[in-house]
Amino acid sequence: MTDQGRLIPRNRAVHPVPYDPDYKTSMTRSPSLPLLSMDSTFTEETGPRFGHNMLGALDNNLILNWTKGAAPAVGERILMHGRVLDEMGRPVPHTLVEIWQANAGGRYRHIKDTYFAPLDPNFGGCGRTITDENGYYEFLTIRPGAYPWPNRGNEWRPMHIHISVFGHSFGQRLITQMYFEGDPLIDRCPIAATIKDRGHIDRLVAPLDMSKAKPMDFLAYKFDIVLRGRRQTMFENKPEGM
Amino acid sequence: MVQSLDTLQETPSQTAGPYVHIGCIPTFAGLEGIYPEDLGKRAIEEGAKGQIITIRGTVADGTGWVMRDAMLESWQPDAAGKFPGQDGADPKVNGFCRFAADAETGEFELRTVKPGAVPAPNGTLQAPHIAIWIVARGINIGLQSRIYFEDEDNSTDPLLARIEQRPRVDTLIAKKTGEGEYRFDIRLQGEGETVFLDM
Ligand SMILES: [Fe+2]
Repeated sequence: MTDQGRLIPRNRAVHPVPYDPDYKTSMTRSPSLPLLSMDSTFTEETGPRFGHNMLGALDNNLILNWTKGAAPAVGERILMHGRVLDEMGRPVPHTLVEIWQANAGGRYRHIKDTYFAPLDPNFGGCGRTITDENGYYEFLTIRPGAYPWPNRGNEWRPMHIHISVFGHSFGQRLITQMYFEGDPLIDRCPIAATIKDRGHIDRLVAPLDMSKAKPMDFLAYKFDIVLRGRRQTMFENKPEGM
Repeated sequence: MVQSLDTLQETPSQTAGPYVHIGCIPTFAGLEGIYPEDLGKRAIEEGAKGQIITIRGTVADGTGWVMRDAMLESWQPDAAGKFPGQDGADPKVNGFCRFAADAETGEFELRTVKPGAVPAPNGTLQAPHIAIWIVARGINIGLQSRIYFEDEDNSTDPLLARIEQRPRVDTLIAKKTGEGEYRFDIRLQGEGETVFLDM
Protein backbone atom coordinates (compact mmCIF):
# COMPACT_ATOMS: atom_id res chain seq x y z
CA MET A 1 0.00 0.00 0.00
CA THR A 2 3.03 2.28 0.03
CA ASP A 3 3.07 2.89 -3.72
CA GLN A 4 1.52 6.14 -4.87
CA GLY A 5 0.19 7.42 -8.14
CA ARG A 6 -1.81 5.91 -10.95
CA LEU A 7 -0.37 3.02 -12.93
CA ILE A 8 1.41 4.09 -16.09
CA PRO A 9 -0.91 3.14 -18.96
CA ARG A 10 0.20 0.02 -20.74
CA ASN A 11 2.23 0.58 -23.89
CA ARG A 12 0.51 -2.02 -26.06
CA ALA A 13 3.20 -1.61 -28.74
CA VAL A 14 5.62 -3.78 -26.74
CA HIS A 15 3.03 -6.53 -26.37
CA PRO A 16 1.74 -9.18 -28.80
CA VAL A 17 -1.14 -8.35 -31.08
CA PRO A 18 -4.22 -10.13 -29.69
CA TYR A 19 -5.36 -11.39 -33.10
CA ASP A 20 -2.78 -13.15 -35.25
CA PRO A 21 -3.77 -15.57 -38.06
CA ASP A 22 -0.38 -17.32 -37.76
CA TYR A 23 -1.35 -18.35 -34.22
CA LYS A 24 -4.69 -19.84 -35.11
CA THR A 25 -6.24 -20.13 -31.66
CA SER A 26 -5.84 -16.39 -31.14
CA MET A 27 -8.25 -15.72 -34.00
CA THR A 28 -11.31 -16.69 -31.94
CA ARG A 29 -9.94 -15.74 -28.54
CA SER A 30 -9.13 -12.07 -29.12
CA PRO A 31 -11.59 -9.25 -28.50
CA SER A 32 -12.66 -7.60 -31.74
CA LEU A 33 -13.93 -4.44 -30.04
CA PRO A 34 -11.63 -1.83 -28.51
CA LEU A 35 -10.52 -2.15 -24.89
CA LEU A 36 -11.93 0.49 -22.56
CA SER A 37 -8.89 2.57 -21.55
CA MET A 38 -9.11 4.41 -18.24
CA ASP A 39 -6.83 5.59 -15.48
CA SER A 40 -6.28 2.88 -12.91
CA THR A 41 -8.28 2.99 -9.69
CA PHE A 42 -7.72 1.59 -6.22
CA THR A 43 -8.89 -1.78 -7.54
CA GLU A 44 -6.04 -2.05 -10.05
CA GLU A 45 -3.47 -0.33 -7.81
CA THR A 46 -3.82 -2.80 -4.95
CA GLY A 47 -3.14 -6.50 -5.19
CA PRO A 48 -2.49 -9.68 -3.26
CA ARG A 49 0.73 -10.02 -1.27
CA PHE A 50 2.32 -13.34 -0.52
CA GLY A 51 4.77 -14.01 2.29
CA HIS A 52 8.05 -15.91 2.18
CA ASN A 53 6.59 -18.16 4.89
CA MET A 54 4.24 -19.81 2.39
CA LEU A 55 7.20 -21.22 0.45
CA GLY A 56 8.57 -24.73 0.90
CA ALA A 57 12.34 -25.21 0.94
CA LEU A 58 12.36 -26.82 -2.52
CA ASP A 59 9.70 -24.67 -4.19
CA ASN A 60 12.26 -22.93 -6.43
CA ASN A 61 14.18 -26.13 -7.18
CA LEU A 62 12.42 -27.96 -10.02
CA ILE A 63 15.20 -30.53 -10.17
CA LEU A 64 14.20 -31.83 -6.76
CA ASN A 65 10.76 -30.50 -5.80
CA TRP A 66 8.66 -33.22 -7.43
CA THR A 67 10.40 -36.04 -5.55
CA LYS A 68 10.87 -33.94 -2.40
CA GLY A 69 14.60 -34.28 -2.85
CA ALA A 70 14.66 -38.05 -3.34
CA ALA A 71 15.98 -38.07 -6.92
CA PRO A 72 16.98 -35.41 -9.46
CA ALA A 73 15.20 -34.70 -12.73
CA VAL A 74 16.79 -35.68 -16.05
CA GLY A 75 18.17 -32.90 -18.21
CA GLU A 76 20.64 -30.09 -18.61
CA ARG A 77 20.90 -28.44 -15.22
CA ILE A 78 20.41 -24.67 -15.28
CA LEU A 79 20.04 -21.74 -12.94
CA MET A 80 17.40 -19.28 -14.11
CA HIS A 81 17.91 -15.99 -12.34
CA GLY A 82 17.08 -12.33 -12.68
CA ARG A 83 15.45 -9.33 -11.20
CA VAL A 84 11.92 -7.94 -11.19
CA LEU A 85 11.84 -4.18 -11.76
CA ASP A 86 9.19 -1.64 -12.63
CA GLU A 87 9.21 0.85 -15.49
CA MET A 88 10.81 3.45 -13.23
CA GLY A 89 13.73 1.05 -12.75
CA ARG A 90 12.84 0.38 -9.14
CA PRO A 91 13.21 -3.19 -7.86
CA VAL A 92 9.96 -5.00 -7.06
CA PRO A 93 10.71 -6.75 -3.77
CA HIS A 94 8.72 -9.58 -2.15
CA THR A 95 6.65 -10.45 -5.18
CA LEU A 96 5.62 -13.93 -6.21
CA VAL A 97 7.18 -15.46 -9.35
CA GLU A 98 5.77 -18.77 -10.59
CA ILE A 99 7.15 -20.85 -13.46
CA TRP A 100 6.09 -23.97 -15.36
CA GLN A 101 7.72 -25.87 -18.16
CA ALA A 102 8.06 -29.09 -20.14
CA ASN A 103 10.64 -31.69 -19.15
CA ALA A 104 13.92 -32.26 -20.99
CA GLY A 105 12.08 -34.26 -23.66
CA GLY A 106 9.49 -31.55 -24.28
CA ARG A 107 6.63 -33.22 -22.39
CA TYR A 108 4.41 -31.50 -19.84
CA ARG A 109 3.03 -33.21 -16.80
CA HIS A 110 -0.56 -32.26 -17.60
CA ILE A 111 -3.66 -34.35 -18.21
CA LYS A 112 -4.02 -32.69 -21.63
CA ASP A 113 -0.46 -33.31 -22.92
CA THR A 114 -0.34 -36.51 -24.95
CA TYR A 115 3.01 -36.01 -26.73
CA PHE A 116 4.83 -39.37 -26.81
CA ALA A 117 8.07 -38.05 -25.32
CA PRO A 118 8.02 -39.75 -21.93
CA LEU A 119 7.27 -38.19 -18.59
CA ASP A 120 10.26 -38.01 -16.26
CA PRO A 121 9.18 -39.65 -13.00
CA ASN A 122 11.46 -37.21 -11.17
CA PHE A 123 10.15 -34.02 -12.75
CA GLY A 124 6.93 -32.17 -11.96
CA GLY A 125 7.42 -28.99 -13.94
CA CYS A 126 6.41 -26.10 -11.71
CA GLY A 127 8.13 -23.91 -9.18
CA ARG A 128 7.67 -20.66 -7.34
CA THR A 129 9.64 -18.13 -5.36
CA ILE A 130 9.34 -14.63 -3.93
CA THR A 131 11.78 -11.90 -4.90
CA ASP A 132 14.16 -10.67 -2.21
CA GLU A 133 14.28 -7.10 -0.92
CA ASN A 134 16.13 -6.02 -4.07
CA GLY A 135 13.82 -7.79 -6.50
CA TYR A 136 16.13 -10.73 -7.27
CA TYR A 137 14.92 -14.30 -7.79
CA GLU A 138 16.47 -17.68 -8.70
CA PHE A 139 15.26 -21.07 -9.84
CA LEU A 140 17.23 -24.26 -10.29
CA THR A 141 15.74 -26.35 -13.06
CA ILE A 142 16.49 -28.31 -16.21
CA ARG A 143 16.41 -26.87 -19.70
CA PRO A 144 13.03 -27.80 -21.22
CA GLY A 145 12.91 -29.54 -24.58
CA ALA A 146 11.33 -28.13 -27.72
CA TYR A 147 7.97 -29.72 -28.50
CA PRO A 148 5.55 -30.01 -31.43
CA TRP A 149 2.07 -28.54 -31.30
CA PRO A 150 -0.91 -28.36 -33.60
CA ASN A 151 -1.11 -25.07 -35.50
CA ARG A 152 0.27 -24.99 -39.03
CA GLY A 153 1.53 -28.20 -40.63
CA ASN A 154 4.75 -28.75 -38.68
CA GLU A 155 4.99 -26.48 -35.69
CA TRP A 156 7.53 -26.62 -32.86
CA ARG A 157 7.82 -24.41 -29.82
CA PRO A 158 11.32 -23.19 -29.04
CA MET A 159 12.61 -24.18 -25.61
CA HIS A 160 10.81 -21.94 -23.14
CA ILE A 161 9.80 -21.48 -19.54
CA HIS A 162 6.41 -19.93 -18.69
CA ILE A 163 6.55 -17.19 -16.05
CA SER A 164 3.80 -15.56 -14.00
CA VAL A 165 4.51 -12.42 -11.93
CA PHE A 166 2.22 -10.46 -9.62
CA GLY A 167 3.96 -7.21 -8.71
CA HIS A 168 2.23 -5.21 -6.02
CA SER A 169 -0.95 -4.28 -7.84
CA PHE A 170 -3.46 -6.37 -9.75
CA GLY A 171 -2.98 -4.12 -12.78
CA GLN A 172 0.67 -5.22 -13.03
CA ARG A 173 -0.26 -8.87 -13.48
CA LEU A 174 1.83 -10.46 -16.22
CA ILE A 175 2.37 -13.88 -17.75
CA THR A 176 5.14 -14.32 -20.28
CA GLN A 177 7.69 -16.85 -21.56
CA MET A 178 11.47 -16.97 -21.40
CA TYR A 179 13.37 -18.23 -24.43
CA PHE A 180 17.00 -19.35 -24.63
CA GLU A 181 19.85 -17.61 -26.42
CA GLY A 182 20.78 -19.26 -29.69
CA ASP A 183 17.62 -21.35 -30.18
CA PRO A 184 16.91 -21.42 -33.95
CA LEU A 185 13.23 -22.20 -33.31
CA ILE A 186 12.56 -18.73 -31.87
CA ASP A 187 12.59 -17.24 -35.38
CA ARG A 188 10.09 -19.84 -36.58
CA CYS A 189 7.69 -19.58 -33.65
CA PRO A 190 4.31 -17.98 -34.40
CA ILE A 191 3.71 -17.41 -30.68
CA ALA A 192 6.94 -15.43 -30.26
CA ALA A 193 6.00 -13.67 -33.51
CA THR A 194 2.73 -12.38 -32.06
CA ILE A 195 5.11 -9.65 -30.81
CA LYS A 196 5.56 -7.63 -33.97
CA ASP A 197 8.72 -5.76 -33.03
CA ARG A 198 11.75 -8.04 -33.15
CA GLY A 199 13.48 -5.89 -30.54
CA HIS A 200 10.78 -6.74 -28.05
CA ILE A 201 10.98 -10.48 -28.80
CA ASP A 202 14.69 -10.24 -28.01
CA ARG A 203 13.77 -8.98 -24.54
CA LEU A 204 12.29 -12.43 -23.86
CA VAL A 205 15.50 -14.25 -24.82
CA ALA A 206 17.69 -15.08 -21.82
CA PRO A 207 21.44 -14.90 -22.39
CA LEU A 208 23.81 -17.56 -21.13
CA ASP A 209 25.36 -16.10 -17.98
CA MET A 210 28.63 -17.78 -17.08
CA SER A 211 29.07 -15.47 -14.08
CA LYS A 212 26.34 -17.44 -12.30
CA ALA A 213 27.11 -20.88 -13.74
CA LYS A 214 28.58 -23.31 -11.21
CA PRO A 215 31.52 -25.42 -12.41
CA MET A 216 30.70 -29.12 -12.70
CA ASP A 217 27.08 -28.45 -11.72
CA PHE A 218 24.86 -26.07 -13.73
CA LEU A 219 24.79 -23.42 -16.45
CA ALA A 220 22.96 -20.14 -15.88
CA TYR A 221 20.57 -17.95 -17.85
CA LYS A 222 19.56 -14.44 -16.85
CA PHE A 223 16.01 -13.18 -17.24
CA ASP A 224 14.98 -9.76 -15.92
CA ILE A 225 11.31 -8.85 -15.84
CA VAL A 226 9.87 -5.32 -16.03
CA LEU A 227 6.38 -4.65 -14.67
CA ARG A 228 4.25 -1.55 -15.08
CA GLY A 229 5.28 1.40 -12.93
CA ARG A 230 3.36 4.15 -11.18
CA ARG A 231 3.21 7.76 -12.31
CA GLN A 232 5.09 9.95 -9.91
CA THR A 233 4.90 13.65 -10.46
CA MET A 234 4.43 16.59 -8.16
CA PHE A 235 1.01 17.06 -9.74
CA GLU A 236 -0.18 13.53 -8.98
CA ASN A 237 -2.82 12.87 -6.31
CA LYS A 238 -4.27 16.34 -6.43
CA PRO A 239 -7.96 16.94 -7.04
CA GLU A 240 -8.82 17.54 -10.64
CA GLY A 241 -8.63 21.14 -11.77
CA MET A 242 -6.11 22.22 -9.15
CA MET B 1 19.01 14.01 -30.92
CA VAL B 2 17.26 14.43 -27.61
CA GLN B 3 17.98 13.35 -24.08
CA SER B 4 17.37 9.67 -23.47
CA LEU B 5 14.57 8.56 -21.19
CA ASP B 6 15.69 6.52 -18.23
CA THR B 7 12.44 4.59 -17.93
CA LEU B 8 12.28 0.89 -18.75
CA GLN B 9 9.69 -0.81 -20.94
CA GLU B 10 7.33 -3.43 -19.63
CA THR B 11 8.25 -7.03 -20.44
CA PRO B 12 6.10 -8.26 -23.34
CA SER B 13 3.32 -10.71 -22.50
CA GLN B 14 3.08 -14.16 -24.04
CA THR B 15 0.14 -16.52 -23.98
CA ALA B 16 -0.27 -18.58 -20.80
CA GLY B 17 -0.71 -21.58 -23.10
CA PRO B 18 -2.77 -24.74 -22.60
CA TYR B 19 -0.75 -25.89 -19.58
CA VAL B 20 -1.08 -22.78 -17.41
CA HIS B 21 -2.61 -24.93 -14.69
CA ILE B 22 0.71 -26.69 -14.06
CA GLY B 23 2.21 -23.50 -12.74
CA CYS B 24 -0.85 -21.80 -11.32
CA ILE B 25 -3.30 -24.52 -10.21
CA PRO B 26 -1.10 -27.64 -10.04
CA THR B 27 -3.78 -29.95 -8.67
CA PHE B 28 -5.97 -29.19 -11.71
CA ALA B 29 -3.19 -30.45 -13.98
CA GLY B 30 -2.69 -33.57 -11.90
CA LEU B 31 0.28 -32.38 -9.82
CA GLU B 32 -1.15 -33.09 -6.38
CA GLY B 33 1.26 -32.68 -3.53
CA ILE B 34 3.80 -30.37 -5.08
CA TYR B 35 2.56 -27.58 -2.78
CA PRO B 36 0.48 -27.94 0.39
CA GLU B 37 -2.39 -26.32 -1.52
CA ASP B 38 -3.00 -24.35 -4.70
CA LEU B 39 -2.44 -20.61 -4.43
CA GLY B 40 -5.59 -18.50 -4.25
CA LYS B 41 -7.82 -21.48 -3.62
CA ARG B 42 -10.33 -19.42 -1.61
CA ALA B 43 -11.34 -15.77 -1.92
CA ILE B 44 -12.53 -15.84 1.69
CA GLU B 45 -12.00 -17.84 4.86
CA GLU B 46 -14.82 -19.01 7.11
CA GLY B 47 -16.19 -16.12 9.11
CA ALA B 48 -15.83 -13.42 6.48
CA LYS B 49 -18.27 -10.59 7.19
CA GLY B 50 -21.00 -9.79 4.72
CA GLN B 51 -23.11 -11.69 2.24
CA ILE B 52 -21.50 -14.88 0.95
CA ILE B 53 -22.17 -15.27 -2.74
CA THR B 54 -21.39 -17.70 -5.53
CA ILE B 55 -20.78 -16.52 -9.07
CA ARG B 56 -20.94 -19.08 -11.83
CA GLY B 57 -20.25 -18.64 -15.51
CA THR B 58 -18.36 -19.62 -18.61
CA VAL B 59 -15.81 -18.13 -20.99
CA ALA B 60 -16.84 -18.46 -24.64
CA ASP B 61 -14.72 -17.81 -27.72
CA GLY B 62 -15.70 -15.91 -30.86
CA THR B 63 -17.77 -18.82 -32.18
CA GLY B 64 -19.72 -19.12 -28.94
CA TRP B 65 -17.86 -22.29 -27.95
CA VAL B 66 -17.39 -22.55 -24.18
CA MET B 67 -13.68 -22.87 -23.44
CA ARG B 68 -12.49 -25.70 -21.22
CA ASP B 69 -9.02 -24.35 -20.61
CA ALA B 70 -9.47 -20.77 -19.35
CA MET B 71 -7.95 -19.70 -16.07
CA LEU B 72 -9.32 -16.74 -14.14
CA GLU B 73 -8.17 -14.63 -11.24
CA SER B 74 -10.22 -12.25 -9.16
CA TRP B 75 -9.33 -9.38 -6.84
CA GLN B 76 -11.77 -7.52 -4.63
CA PRO B 77 -12.25 -5.72 -1.32
CA ASP B 78 -14.22 -6.93 1.68
CA ALA B 79 -17.87 -6.16 2.35
CA ALA B 80 -16.92 -2.72 3.66
CA GLY B 81 -14.92 -1.88 0.53
CA LYS B 82 -11.49 -2.37 2.12
CA PHE B 83 -8.79 -4.32 0.29
CA PRO B 84 -6.53 -6.78 2.12
CA GLY B 85 -3.61 -4.83 3.52
CA GLN B 86 -5.68 -1.72 4.19
CA ASP B 87 -6.25 -0.64 7.78
CA GLY B 88 -9.39 -2.25 9.15
CA ALA B 89 -9.77 -4.76 6.33
CA ASP B 90 -11.60 -7.99 7.21
CA PRO B 91 -8.81 -10.51 7.97
CA LYS B 92 -11.02 -13.34 6.69
CA VAL B 93 -11.15 -11.86 3.19
CA ASN B 94 -8.20 -12.90 1.02
CA GLY B 95 -9.47 -10.77 -1.84
CA PHE B 96 -7.58 -12.83 -4.39
CA CYS B 97 -8.88 -16.05 -5.93
CA ARG B 98 -7.79 -18.29 -8.78
CA PHE B 99 -10.21 -20.61 -10.54
CA ALA B 100 -10.37 -22.56 -13.75
CA ALA B 101 -13.05 -23.39 -16.24
CA ASP B 102 -14.07 -26.98 -15.64
CA ALA B 103 -12.26 -29.35 -18.00
CA GLU B 104 -15.54 -31.11 -18.88
CA THR B 105 -18.20 -28.40 -18.80
CA GLY B 106 -16.24 -25.15 -18.99
CA GLU B 107 -18.12 -23.78 -15.97
CA PHE B 108 -16.26 -21.74 -13.39
CA GLU B 109 -17.33 -20.94 -9.87
CA LEU B 110 -16.22 -18.16 -7.54
CA ARG B 111 -17.39 -18.30 -3.93
CA THR B 112 -16.71 -15.05 -2.15
CA VAL B 113 -18.17 -12.19 -0.18
CA LYS B 114 -20.13 -9.46 -1.92
CA PRO B 115 -17.67 -6.55 -2.15
CA GLY B 116 -18.39 -3.06 -0.85
CA ALA B 117 -18.09 0.12 -2.87
CA VAL B 118 -14.59 1.59 -3.18
CA PRO B 119 -13.47 5.18 -3.78
CA ALA B 120 -12.96 6.38 -7.35
CA PRO B 121 -9.98 8.61 -8.22
CA ASN B 122 -12.27 11.65 -8.53
CA GLY B 123 -13.52 11.29 -4.96
CA THR B 124 -16.84 9.63 -5.76
CA LEU B 125 -17.58 5.94 -5.24
CA GLN B 126 -17.27 3.05 -7.65
CA ALA B 127 -20.16 0.61 -7.54
CA PRO B 128 -19.31 -2.73 -5.90
CA HIS B 129 -17.26 -4.84 -8.31
CA ILE B 130 -14.74 -7.64 -8.57
CA ALA B 131 -11.76 -7.27 -10.89
CA ILE B 132 -11.05 -10.31 -13.04
CA TRP B 133 -8.17 -11.35 -15.25
CA ILE B 134 -8.50 -14.10 -17.86
CA VAL B 135 -5.74 -16.11 -19.49
CA ALA B 136 -5.70 -19.16 -21.77
CA ARG B 137 -4.13 -20.60 -24.86
CA GLY B 138 -4.76 -18.14 -27.70
CA ILE B 139 -5.00 -15.14 -25.36
CA ASN B 140 -1.76 -13.30 -26.05
CA ILE B 141 -2.11 -10.82 -23.22
CA GLY B 142 -4.29 -11.39 -20.15
CA LEU B 143 -7.74 -9.83 -20.39
CA GLN B 144 -8.88 -7.45 -17.64
CA SER B 145 -12.55 -7.06 -16.88
CA ARG B 146 -14.92 -6.49 -13.96
CA ILE B 147 -17.95 -8.15 -12.44
CA TYR B 148 -20.67 -5.75 -11.22
CA PHE B 149 -24.00 -6.86 -9.70
CA GLU B 150 -27.50 -6.30 -11.02
CA ASP B 151 -28.91 -5.80 -7.52
CA GLU B 152 -26.57 -2.90 -6.73
CA ASP B 153 -26.88 0.73 -7.75
CA ASN B 154 -24.57 0.96 -10.76
CA SER B 155 -26.00 4.23 -12.03
CA THR B 156 -23.13 6.48 -10.96
CA ASP B 157 -20.18 4.15 -11.48
CA PRO B 158 -17.51 6.08 -13.41
CA LEU B 159 -16.29 3.08 -15.40
CA LEU B 160 -19.73 1.91 -16.50
CA ALA B 161 -20.55 5.52 -17.41
CA ARG B 162 -17.66 5.52 -19.88
CA ILE B 163 -19.14 2.74 -22.00
CA GLU B 164 -20.56 4.48 -25.03
CA GLN B 165 -22.75 1.69 -26.37
CA ARG B 166 -25.15 1.34 -23.43
CA PRO B 167 -26.27 -2.23 -24.17
CA ARG B 168 -22.65 -3.32 -23.64
CA VAL B 169 -22.81 -2.26 -19.97
CA ASP B 170 -24.86 -5.38 -19.47
CA THR B 171 -21.84 -7.57 -20.28
CA LEU B 172 -20.20 -6.48 -17.00
CA ILE B 173 -23.21 -7.13 -14.78
CA ALA B 174 -23.75 -10.43 -13.00
CA LYS B 175 -27.35 -11.61 -13.07
CA LYS B 176 -28.98 -12.78 -9.90
CA THR B 177 -30.16 -16.37 -10.24
CA GLY B 178 -31.05 -17.08 -6.62
CA GLU B 179 -30.35 -15.99 -3.08
CA GLY B 180 -26.61 -15.28 -3.01
CA GLU B 181 -26.20 -16.74 -6.50
CA TYR B 182 -25.16 -14.95 -9.66
CA ARG B 183 -24.44 -15.77 -13.27
CA PHE B 184 -21.63 -14.06 -15.22
CA ASP B 185 -20.89 -15.39 -18.71
CA ILE B 186 -17.90 -13.99 -20.54
CA ARG B 187 -17.71 -13.70 -24.31
CA LEU B 188 -14.21 -13.04 -25.68
CA GLN B 189 -15.29 -12.02 -29.15
CA GLY B 190 -18.34 -11.55 -31.34
CA GLU B 191 -21.98 -11.24 -30.38
CA GLY B 192 -22.33 -9.98 -26.83
CA GLU B 193 -18.59 -9.44 -26.52
CA THR B 194 -17.64 -8.61 -22.94
CA VAL B 195 -16.14 -5.19 -22.31
CA PHE B 196 -12.44 -5.65 -21.60
CA LEU B 197 -10.37 -3.04 -19.88
CA ASP B 198 -7.06 -1.28 -20.33
CA MET B 199 -6.44 0.23 -16.89
FE1 LIG C 1 4.76 -24.20 -23.24
